[in-house]
Order: sequence, then structure tokens, then C-alpha cells
Amino acid sequence: MNPLPVSTYTVSSAVGAGRAAHVQALRNGTTGLGRVTFDTNNLDCWLGEVRDFDVPLTGALAEWDCRNNRLAEFALNQDQFLDAVAACRGRCGATRVGVFIGTSTSGVQHTELAYRARDVSSNTLPGWFDQRRTQNIFSIAAFVALRLGLAGPALAISTACSSSAKVFAAARRAIAAGACDAAVVGGVDSLCLTTLYGFNSLQLISADICRPADSARLGISIGEAGGFALLDPAGASSLALLGYGETSDAYHMSSPEPAGRGAIESMRAALARARVEPHEVDYINLHGTGTVANDNAESRAVCEVFGAAAPCSSTKGWTGHTLGAAGIVEAAVSLMAIEHGFMPRSLNTREKDPAIEAGILLENRIGSVRRVLSNSFGFGGSNCSLLFGRLP
Amino acid sequence: MNTVFIEAVGLAAPGLPSWRESGATLRGEHPCLNAPLPAHTPAMLPLNERRRATPAIKLAFQAAEDAMQSTALGASSLATVFASSDADLGIIHRICLALTATPRFISPTDFHNSVHNAAAGYWSIAAGARTPSTTISAHDGSFAAGLLEASLLVQVDDVDALLVAFDLPAPEPLHAKRFIAHPAAVALVLTRQPTTQSLAALNCATTSDVETTLAETALESLRLGNPAARALPLLHRLARRSFGRVVLPMTDQSRLGVELRAP
Repeated sequence: MNPLPVSTYTVSSAVGAGRAAHVQALRNGTTGLGRVTFDTNNLDCWLGEVRDFDVPLTGALAEWDCRNNRLAEFALNQDQFLDAVAACRGRCGATRVGVFIGTSTSGVQHTELAYRARDVSSNTLPGWFDQRRTQNIFSIAAFVALRLGLAGPALAISTACSSSAKVFAAARRAIAAGACDAAVVGGVDSLCLTTLYGFNSLQLISADICRPADSARLGISIGEAGGFALLDPAGASSLALLGYGETSDAYHMSSPEPAGRGAIESMRAALARARVEPHEVDYINLHGTGTVANDNAESRAVCEVFGAAAPCSSTKGWTGHTLGAAGIVEAAVSLMAIEHGFMPRSLNTREKDPAIEAGILLENRIGSVRRVLSNSFGFGGSNCSLLFGRLP
Repeated sequence: MNTVFIEAVGLAAPGLPSWRESGATLRGEHPCLNAPLPAHTPAMLPLNERRRATPAIKLAFQAAEDAMQSTALGASSLATVFASSDADLGIIHRICLALTATPRFISPTDFHNSVHNAAAGYWSIAAGARTPSTTISAHDGSFAAGLLEASLLVQVDDVDALLVAFDLPAPEPLHAKRFIAHPAAVALVLTRQPTTQSLAALNCATTSDVETTLAETALESLRLGNPAARALPLLHRLARRSFGRVVLPMTDQSRLGVELRAP
């Protein structure tokens, strides 16, 4: 495929609001995870909570008010992203800019609150609960399109933790076939009890902070995040999506295939689409959730494709696992690595698990980064690999 | 945008139990009876997954397996697009209810089935398909958004694809907040090249034209009662071999114009 320019991008996570906060934290090794209180959560765990965003939406946006759309609004307001989209909309026309947003749970936290406030005798939910504009999976994409004044093709992709990686593939297809001229892609997932107690039921939540690839890792720390990118073939940018790969494990609903076959095929598809050889990739941003099963299978897959010397790390020690937003968060980290010339280490990893042979970075590495591959894998065996690079 | 070919259709809705059995009804040869959709056992699912499959997953399989019966293409070779407004609101209901109780206990099976792409995950296991798979939502426009995505996948990524749209009614109290009248699922197999089985050539593009409605009251009421059934104007034309154009709802801002021609 032809490289697809990434005109601009932004990300807000527990690490901070916008790109600069992320670059600084990645360089300093400052985690965004904390033992914070959220809602009525009583699980013993670390959380990646975004600060200072949780204020009600007002005016024309009031009927969309829920934690997930609040986070979207906050994230859209960073890094002059609104201005960049407005300029693109002005040039292409609103109907020619598509909107592709990933989420795993959209505004389900709003439904949790509505159930808490339900009238038990009449079995009814409160009048303020608007399912379409909050909990429905499409709510987040409809909200973003409305907020940005865009009227091109719009959809939400919800493939669990690969959701907001796959939006890049969907947007590229739409642009390549002429369904739109440019696209806003992104992902937003916000903290909710559904995912906290859900992952807890699968015994995947760590009481300790998330330690990807560590020999004593205990599982994931859940985080929330929102991020967006503007993909515009006519945009002036030196950064681009070079390739993507999408595969299915066809193995199990909530466990990765141990040999990582689906992951291997996904990474190879991204390389093939970009016509890039494995040795031309400088850094791999791992899915790296911090569970035993994920990190072992992904290490096998990465070693198979790139060899054990290829520098790689998971950045979930900074942000936590932001689920449906993980793809866009880690796409942003990949772009930062290229822009600023550094490879982030595997934060919180004290001693690498001997079962993991991949070249996990235990210290940040400074130097030219031309191409980065980012992995996102989700429940249902949904795999997506994105390859980013600098345009010549 | 380029042409793709409709290879096979699958259908499951009240009064329209399969594509083969629904032709006469869609052609208006006899009326659409509001018969409840018979329960489906997903024959392709391994026993372990069959035991864990939810009503939403079984509904998606009902249409998908129906479509696979009229094609020689292997299920493992097809990329998939699953399109659903709400997937399984029954699980959302059980989880949100469980979160109001003490202690809070969510069933692990419920949780892994709660992901929007659960049906896609089960399908990949059943079909042995390690192919690309996407699951989307566009609320009431989910079928059209899924058709657009599947058609782009076929054209740009050079694969044949299975599109499965499905939705089913929520339990109360969610039902009062998200009205889906009845279960419905529609599947299409789309190919890059025409085959001897091809039913039609298909081109789609966004449009601001008015959406197509159906003259028969019972079919129109089915169409409006479920996001997946928004596909019925397309199936109506296919059943009658009446090529031409239909306009399907997609988002508040745009609809999808679908042009059908002889393959």
C-alpha cells in the first residue's frame, strides 16, 4: 500500500493530557497508574485514571453526557486537534471526512449508574438515561462526528482490545476506495465497573502494579484513555501509516493461542503490505498486557518474526491496559518514538521472565527510530498490527 | 468505488426463517406471517463453544450458516464483518444487575461473551478462520455500515468476505430504553470476482437520498423493528431478481445507496 500520512494526533491517558505530557513521562519513567478510588470499586488494584476531565457536557452536547463522551471531549481538546480537523473539513468538505472510532464498552458506565438508580418496584430505569447517546457502542463515534461537524461515513469498531488499532485499517480502506478523502480515527474507553469486575472474574486483575514481561507479573492494571489521529493523504506530515495486518486466532474467546500463530500472521501481514523487511523495523510496541499468557505468546510471535534481538516493550506500565483505546494510545506512543527518537522501556519490569526471549527493553534507548510496529490483541482472538514510519 | 458480487444470502427473522424458505414471502407470493423464529443450534460450533453460546451468538450463526449453505466457498477462507447495534443487551443487563448486588459477582462466561465481537470470535473458532475480522456498530444503520465496510474489505484488501448483521430484543428494563421489536439476522457472502453462484453485482456509495421503504406492511414493520432488518429492501430486490437501487439508513448524516446489477 501507499503510505497514508498521519497529519496530526493526540492522546490523553493517566499519564497526562496531550502529546507533550506523554513524551515527558515516557522519558522520565513516570507512571500514570495509582491506587486511586474510582466509583464504588472495592477491588485491590491499580488504576490508570485520567485526571481533570470528568465534567458534565453542556449545551448541544448535554444529551450525550456520560464518562466516555466526556473523556472524548477532553481528548479532542488537546494538541490543537480540533483546529486541524476544522482545516481538513474546510478543504475536503464535511461529507468527505470519515469517522472511525474504537471502543470496547462505550458508555456502559452510564448504564451501571442507571441500574443503580432503577425503580425496583416498576422495573424501570431513570428518565435521564439515554441508551442511544451513551451506552450504545456507536455513541462514541456519533458523538465524535457531531462534535467535529463531520458527515462522512462513520462507524464504531468494537473488537475488544484491538478496536482502536483496527480503525486505522478501516479508514485506510475507505480512503483507498474513495469512500472518503480523509478520516479521523481514534479510540476512547473509560473506567467502568463492568470491565473491572469482569476481568476480575477471569482472575486477570493484578493487585500489584502492571509489570509486563516481569518474572513475577500478576496481570493487568486497567486504565482509561482517549486518542485521535487525522489521516489525510493531502496533509503535510512526515509521519505515516505504512501497513496494517488483521487476523483471528480461531482458538479461544479469552486466551491467546500459545504459539502466537495469529499474532505472527498479523505482524507479517503489516510488513508485507508495507513491503518492509523485519530488520527495517527499529522498535516494536507490544500489546504486553502483563498477563502470563499474553506476554509469553506475544514473545514467541515477536521472536519468530523479528528475532530475539529486536528491541521491544509494552508501555502499559505507564498507562495501564486501556482496552478499546489501547490501539490508539500505542499508535501515539509509536509516532512519538519516531518523532522524538527514543524507544521507551518496559516500565515496572524488574527482572525479565526467563520464559520470555524477546528483546524487552529494560532501559529507554535514544536514537533514530524510522519504523515502529505496534501490536494490539483482543478477546475473541482479534489481532491487529500497525506499522508506522517516517515519509522519505 | 468498485463492484463486488453477492455470492450467497442468509436470513433469520420472524416469518423469514431462512433465505431458501423466504423467497415466496419476499416476492409477495404469500403474506409474511409473524411466526416466531425457531430456535437454532449452531451446527458448526464445537460442543464446548456451543454450550457457552448466547442467544445473540446463535442468532448470528443462524444467518451465517444459512448463507454458507448456498456457496462452495469454504468458511475458513472468508474474512468477516459482524455488524450489530447492541450485540447482547441480555448480558449487559445481567452484568449491570450483578453490579448492584453485594458481593458483586460477574460470571466469567458472561464477561467474555459481553465483548461486541463475541459472535465473530465464536465464528472464527467454528470456521477455523484465521482471516481478518471486524465487528462494527452504527446503531440503526449498522447493516449499511457493515455492508460498506465489507465491500471495502473485498475491494481493497482483495479477500472474499462474509457479512453478518444481527440484533435481538433486550430484556426489561433496558427494552424500554432500546426498542428492538424482534430478533433478526442477515448474512451476505461477497466476492471479488463473479462465480456461477453470483446473485448480483453490487456497488455502494454514500448518498443523501431518501431511504427505501417496503410497501407490504408486515415486511415494513419487520424492517423498522430491528437494525439488521434494515437490509430487507436489498433482500426484497434479490428475491425478485429485480435489479436496481435501494437506499439504506446508515448514520444521521448519510445513507448508503446500493446499486444491484446482473452479475
